[in-house]
Amino acid sequence: MAKVLVFIDNPGASLKKSSLELLTLARSLGGSTVALNGDLSDGVAATLAEYGVGNILRPSAQDLDDFLVAPKAAYVAAAAEASGAGIVLLDNSPEGKEIAARVGIRLNAGVITDVVAVDGDGTAHKSVLAGSYSTACKATTPVSVLTLKANNVIPEPAPAPTTPETATVDVPAVAAAARITAREQKVASGRPDLTDARIVVAGGRGMDGDFGPVEELADALGAAVGASRAATDAGWISHDAQVGQTGKTVSPQLYISAGISGAIQQKAGMQTSQVIVAVNKDAESPVFEIADFGIIGDVFDVLPQAAAEIKKRKG
Amino acid sequence: MKIVVLVKHVPDAQFDRHLNGAGNTVDRDESILSELDEYALEAALQLAEARGGSKAGNQVIALSMGPSGAVNAVKKALQMGATEGVHVTDDALAGSDAAATSLALAAAVRHLGGVDLVLTGMASTDGETSLVPAQLAERLGLPQVTFASTLEVDGGRLTARRDADTSSETVEAPLPAVVSVTDQINEPRYPNFKGIIAAKRKSITTLSLADIGVDPAQVGFAGSWTSVASAEQRPPRTAGTIITDEGDAGIKLVDFLAAQKLL
Ligand SMILES: Cc1cc2nc3c(=O)[nH]c(=O)nc-3n(C[C@H](O)[C@H](O)[C@@H](O)COP(=O)(O)OP(=O)(O)OC[C@H]3O[C@@H](n4cnc5c(N)ncnc54)[C@H](O)[C@@H]3O)c2cc1C
Repeated sequence: MAKVLVFIDNPGASLKKSSLELLTLARSLGGSTVALNGDLSDGVAATLAEYGVGNILRPSAQDLDDFLVAPKAAYVAAAAEASGAGIVLLDNSPEGKEIAARVGIRLNAGVITDVVAVDGDGTAHKSVLAGSYSTACKATTPVSVLTLKANNVIPEPAPAPTTPETATVDVPAVAAAARITAREQKVASGRPDLTDARIVVAGGRGMDGDFGPVEELADALGAAVGASRAATDAGWISHDAQVGQTGKTVSPQLYISAGISGAIQQKAGMQTSQVIVAVNKDAESPVFEIADFGIIGDVFDVLPQAAAEIKKRKG
Repeated sequence: MKIVVLVKHVPDAQFDRHLNGAGNTVDRDESILSELDEYALEAALQLAEARGGSKAGNQVIALSMGPSGAVNAVKKALQMGATEGVHVTDDALAGSDAAATSLALAAAVRHLGGVDLVLTGMASTDGETSLVPAQLAERLGLPQVTFASTLEVDGGRLTARRDADTSSETVEAPLPAVVSVTDQINEPRYPNFKGIIAAKRKSITTLSLADIGVDPAQVGFAGSWTSVASAEQRPPRTAGTIITDEGDAGIKLVDFLAAQKLL
């Protein structure tokens, strides 16, 4: 079994679901060490023990967050060497992938992104070309660096908790890195995170500037709100909500597409959803070619009616 | 300024795309300039134009690595306004993963010499790994700024903005640097008639691995650090039930969700 290093960046007071998924996968592949950046709160320490983490590594430097990824990558690579890891696991966020990219060069290790499952021998599974192929890939190097897509592992604590030991890793100096000179925090919506939501309701040009019905249906279902590029470009909703080739890739159990035609770049981001529902006035919309349940109708009639019916049934 | 823009030759996403051959690589017939690289090229052209364009000595070099057809991505970039083109091509490059790609591209950038800025798209539209820009920066020992949605250069420094999930950031770096840009940064121009005619007179340099000092064993299937063992085409999604709203489609939607146990 391989030694696995999991990188967790600034968890705050508790671990995100995607981090729990990384820890669960790591345990199934071998013993896990966590390379943590940021504060180690009591809550996080307790969860790491619950998830069977053997060791917790922390960086010697405090200013990793002031630069774009280079020093974090240097730290993760040093932590991988210190722990003798054969597999380095990171989340599949843009930043996770960039750190993975640089760790790969530092360790002469193959990097595989968008991983959905890993076999015991390190073979990673991912889908490519907008979900049209399922592939099995493998690093041909002694160490492999994998970034895991959220929602593909069910988080599960270890059969018995551990008492992790903590050690410090020296962060090697980095030649040149971009400095972050200002950071504006975004307001949290209170809705589930788009990338790991179980249900997504997304609106497009057909919402005509009014995302109210999309939000209402999303809230009735406990869903995240998404949007097509047309809707975000029009300024009807924040760019963070964009689903598609240059936005977020989602693979929820249920994806409801409202007033979206289904251009190829939009479909690319939702193709792997389990069930797709489409509501659109235009019967010719390409989205109907892939919908499990399609409604040719007005979003301003169908969405509110569905939201009201759900509330009624849920009591 | 000497700006290198990376342009990738990728299969058109509007059509069915395929993997084939023993290495399960992307079939590159019917390929085009990756649309996300047009944003990088536009950003480069704007930076050069703001500094007096090519007359003032600004160079925008479109660089592609790939089989013979990849020269078309370079040609399109020249039509849009790049001042010259470079095509790195060699049989030994076939099957390169991101690490091998970044190795060859880094060698090409070094070979060009005196580069102030390397601009790339946020991801290719085929491999879509987004690994290349960061790996290139690591290999060249340069600062990296990824997913820039604005970019300004003043003297020897650049300032960019980028959007992360929970925050927006302003970043600064000294030149030379590697920057990948998103599709939010600008609206790429179309090549016009004048540009198409002018492109015919611009030079495209073809470079082999020997020219850029790369050992063939370090790239291609042999030199890649990842390999695709198997690939299975997924059955395309097919249409399910489609109904027309007769005043109760919202209720029928909820019935459907209940039947699927999704409520
Ligand atoms: C099924 C399958 C799975 C794969 N999985 C992986 C994997 O997990 N890890 C891995 O390392 N590789 C993988 N590859 C290989 C990878 O997709 C590319 O072939 C690799 O060479 C470049 O990565 P990218 O296209 O994802 O580049 P990205 O990093 O997405 O490209 C970003 C930008 O870099 C520039 N660029 C990239 N390539 C070139 C080029 N040839 N010429 C000019 N500019 C360029 C462009 O500006 C582009 O917009 C996979 C390939 C296949 C077929």
